[in-house]
Amino acid sequence: MSDAILSISGLTKVYAGGTKALDGVDLDIRQGEIFALLGPNGAGKTTLIGAVCGLVRPTAGTMIAFGHDLATDWRRARARIGLVPQELSTDMFETVWRAVSYSRGLFGYPSDPAKIEDVLRSLSLWEKKDSQIRELSGGMKRRVLIAKALAHEPELLFLDEPTAGVDVELRKGMWEQIAALREQGTTVILTTHYIEEAELMADRVGIIRKGRILMVDDKATMMEKLGNTEALITLAEPLAALPEALCDFPVELRDGGRELCYRGGSGGRAEIAALTKALIQAGIDYTGLDIHDSSLEDIFVDLVAAETAGEGAP
Amino acid sequence: MTFSPIGAWAIYKRELMRAFRTAFQSILAPVLLVSLYFIVFGSAIGSRMPAIDGVEYAAFIIPGLLMLTLLAETTSNSSFGIYMPRFTGTIYELLSAPIGVAETLIGFVGAAATKSLILAAIILTTATFFVEYEIKYPAFALGYIMLVAASFSLFGFILGIWADSFEKLGIIPQLILTPLTFLGGTFYSLDMLPEPWDTLALFNPIAFLVSGLRWTFYGTADVAIGVSLGLTLGFLAVCVAIIAFIFKTGWRLRE
Repeated sequence: MSDAILSISGLTKVYAGGTKALDGVDLDIRQGEIFALLGPNGAGKTTLIGAVCGLVRPTAGTMIAFGHDLATDWRRARARIGLVPQELSTDMFETVWRAVSYSRGLFGYPSDPAKIEDVLRSLSLWEKKDSQIRELSGGMKRRVLIAKALAHEPELLFLDEPTAGVDVELRKGMWEQIAALREQGTTVILTTHYIEEAELMADRVGIIRKGRILMVDDKATMMEKLGNTEALITLAEPLAALPEALCDFPVELRDGGRELCYRGGSGGRAEIAALTKALIQAGIDYTGLDIHDSSLEDIFVDLVAAETAGEGAP
Repeated sequence: MTFSPIGAWAIYKRELMRAFRTAFQSILAPVLLVSLYFIVFGSAIGSRMPAIDGVEYAAFIIPGLLMLTLLAETTSNSSFGIYMPRFTGTIYELLSAPIGVAETLIGFVGAAATKSLILAAIILTTATFFVEYEIKYPAFALGYIMLVAASFSLFGFILGIWADSFEKLGIIPQLILTPLTFLGGTFYSLDMLPEPWDTLALFNPIAFLVSGLRWTFYGTADVAIGVSLGLTLGFLAVCVAIIAFIFKTGWRLRE
């Protein structure tokens, strides 16, 4: 794939204890996208990031970033990759300014105070530049980690659970910052187990479980393929049986005939409109209408549940 | 694959800054300790001791004291330097950076060795307040101190990677290095020991280090300077080999 900024194939990691954290992962990341890697705890998200960033030695597989093989030409590739880890781990006694400047140097870029200032200002850390990191709040510490990862202007940024344990207000701020990065052309790969986050942010979503990628697709396509629309119509008078006029619709009666339940594929709104017209034409009165589109979360839960059920079979 | 001087410099600078941040502890403590040794062994007891090989006792113990402090401080400085990032998790940044074994070593080990040289200078200056002495071969002395500082910085680096607890980090310097240095002729010449202890003392590698440094100071030694030098270089080579192995296999660094 020519437009892939990162190309992973057959990536496998078996830890010393025998745990298979990654099991033949194939994944292509496109330039400029926000890619969300979604999966339950222990699915292999962090191991996958670790393998690309050099924290984990892969057991098998190849990874090509910016056309450089990460196994051999890792210096040139890593200089263009940034990593924000999940844990708030930084030198607590260092000042913000020094910690961020150090990161830039570590990645081999000559010192550039104007650039560091830009990064700190964009993350609202400028006022705190001379503070020791231990004096900062949790949300600020996380922003320092992001600043450190951005200090060498990476083209590909990994964010491992950027909003884990972050309150609602800060989470929104984080989303805005990630969106801003994308505006600047940075490719972002984030892991999360907040599906809402993936739904809001991502262009494409990959679902990983037990070290295997179950599905990768555009978020919109995934929602369209797997999503569905449900409508619950509360009837004025209970129906004993489904009238003939409604037989063509995917509907069923519930609650002793007091409710009519519609369940269709995504984009079912037009069909629901037709359904309501059919109801009126058939002289069936209704007092309430509730439409619900399934979210990425429903899709995710269904998918993982289906996999688990499949495994249970002999 | 190209070496990144900026990366190496970034680590080196940061490690030195870290030392200055704790300057009180890392510089003043050894100075105080050495002063105490001089007062007790140099002035109080030393005034009643005969000269050894023509060197006044208080002056005789300078190379040994220097070695004692140098080994303990260098090893613990260097081991802390790499152990702390492992402990706090900040090592992720080092591992994800485009730097290799050379930059890491120059940064961490170079900084630890630099600190040791500064410390050596401070100790030698402190000594002048207690005793008059002259270094016979200053260039050799400097070279030898640098060699020891570099070797034990490497050794400390290995220790910091090997240790998986603060306890293990402290065990080697406190329970092995310091006793061996005491027994290695810091406060006496080996031939002052009765048989079989003077022969047994030759199984103590640190005795050769102390002896070597003493030779550069006063031209007298328990063992030939060539043997001391050879042993130190051998130790350096072993440490380099172990570190090369660590980076090649990712032992205790990369899962």
